[in-house]
Amino acid sequence: MPRKKIILRFGKDIADRPIIYRLVKDYDLIINILKANVDQNKEGVMVLELTGDNCDPGLEYLKEQGVTVQPLAEEVFRNEEKCTSCGACTDICPSGALYIERPSMEVKFNSDNCIVCQICLKVCPVKAMEVRF
Amino acid sequence: MAIEKTYAEINEKIKSGRAVVLTAEEIISLVDEKGISEAAKSVDVVTTGTFGAMCSSGVFLNFGHAKPRIRMQKVWLNGVQAYSGIASVDAYLGATELPEDDPCNNNYPGEFLYGGGHVIQDLVAGKSLHLKATSYGTDCYPRREIETAVTLDDINEATLFNPRNAYQNYNCAVNLSNRTIYTYLGMLKPHLGNAHYSSAGQLSPLLNDPYFMTIGIGTKIFLGGGIGYVAWNGTQNFPEIQKDAAGKDYGPAGATLSVVGDLKQMDANWLVGTSMLGYGASLTVGLGIPIPILNEEVMRCVAVADKDLYAPVVDYSKAFSQRIPGNLGFVSYAALKSGKITVNGREIPTAPLSSYPRARQIANILKNWIRQGDFLLTEPVKQLPSYKNNISAKALTIG
Repeated sequence: MPRKKIILRFGKDIADRPIIYRLVKDYDLIINILKANVDQNKEGVMVLELTGDNCDPGLEYLKEQGVTVQPLAEEVFRNEEKCTSCGACTDICPSGALYIERPSMEVKFNSDNCIVCQICLKVCPVKAMEVRF
Repeated sequence: MAIEKTYAEINEKIKSGRAVVLTAEEIISLVDEKGISEAAKSVDVVTTGTFGAMCSSGVFLNFGHAKPRIRMQKVWLNGVQAYSGIASVDAYLGATELPEDDPCNNNYPGEFLYGGGHVIQDLVAGKSLHLKATSYGTDCYPRREIETAVTLDDINEATLFNPRNAYQNYNCAVNLSNRTIYTYLGMLKPHLGNAHYSSAGQLSPLLNDPYFMTIGIGTKIFLGGGIGYVAWNGTQNFPEIQKDAAGKDYGPAGATLSVVGDLKQMDANWLVGTSMLGYGASLTVGLGIPIPILNEEVMRCVAVADKDLYAPVVDYSKAFSQRIPGNLGFVSYAALKSGKITVNGREIPTAPLSSYPRARQIANILKNWIRQGDFLLTEPVKQLPSYKNNISAKALTIG
């Protein structure tokens, strides 16, 4: 089934509407909210993974509602040669994309779970995490 | 009958390719299965390893003389200053030194992307470094300034000399405050949000010879991917047996080593420039020590497992910085490696800062060197102090 990672921006005029609910109910999409935040101006940002055959009509619906839709073009990569498997990132990563495999204690990176918050780029002591556009 | 082996006997076996060598991880199951005596009889050497940030590291350099000569009063490599208050064209580049224009923590938390540790890694990797030196002129050293490019091959000596490495044990750091803090043990989330530790535990060199029965001055070791030696005890060397308030024993801690080796035969995979967010620059050092199984007592020590080794849990928001004695209890390395510990009745996630997979790799490399007969063991020329010497830390008083 088609799958898309997108960034949605909601103005304060629509931040209180049940828009995501419609994606599920009317467009039969599987949604995975990777990141969601409403700031003090009531403007919202959401990073979403959409799975389903009606991705494109669903995106059209979002645009009609006044949501700004942007593909999630940034991707975080791990430089395998630089990573020493120290583990310092594993309890900082908020989505569990970086984790320790036991009992080997090797650090693993599952980019499917990455929400591109990029905090790993800051905390990695050997700068093994990179972001690409 | 008690088992006694000498260094000479073990070295004979190494030379003839008959030595039985296991890592400090592999020996645990063997001892569980066969017992101390049987294991001591059949195994000759146990190898250890650790790979973590070791700030007290640096390299002595001799650049050679330019024509005309310069004494080099001040020296920079890739913009990072090296101490040159020694003889002409000698300098010591420390791992935590930062470029003079580094914003440090002015834009908190600072990133410390390049420092002395990174220069050392670049040097070992064979990269060309920008050398700048200035001086006042003298009759014998008239030049006042020089700027040129150097590589490791171009210079006379590069001697890694690390005054405080291989910490026997280390604190498990937590944060009791209500804000995120950035420490040399990483980013600590508020309200006991996480716990960081930094030790190879059962593979760690000084946890496998806690009473210094074999490791001493002159011991030949794996250092930075090459061969090094124990030069002396480390700075802040306070070997002790940890005890809680009730007097319960929580095993060894506090010892450190000073190590030395020729940087020219080391490898950039095992000397890695390191940036600790909000703290500073450092060098991650790979270090491994072989332990000759001289008797059953040595075997008993190397058989130690993560479940028998403990780290004190220390609050880095206040107790550490304000030097408030005590701790929040002890946790075993088995618990720390499980990913969760309980502190003040709360379950909190843990993460290591020293690489256990790399520590295991070091122990295996050392094992192979010894098995191939390339690496003989050295008997210390002098023993190092142990907990029995009761060395206690001196505090710096003000006024």
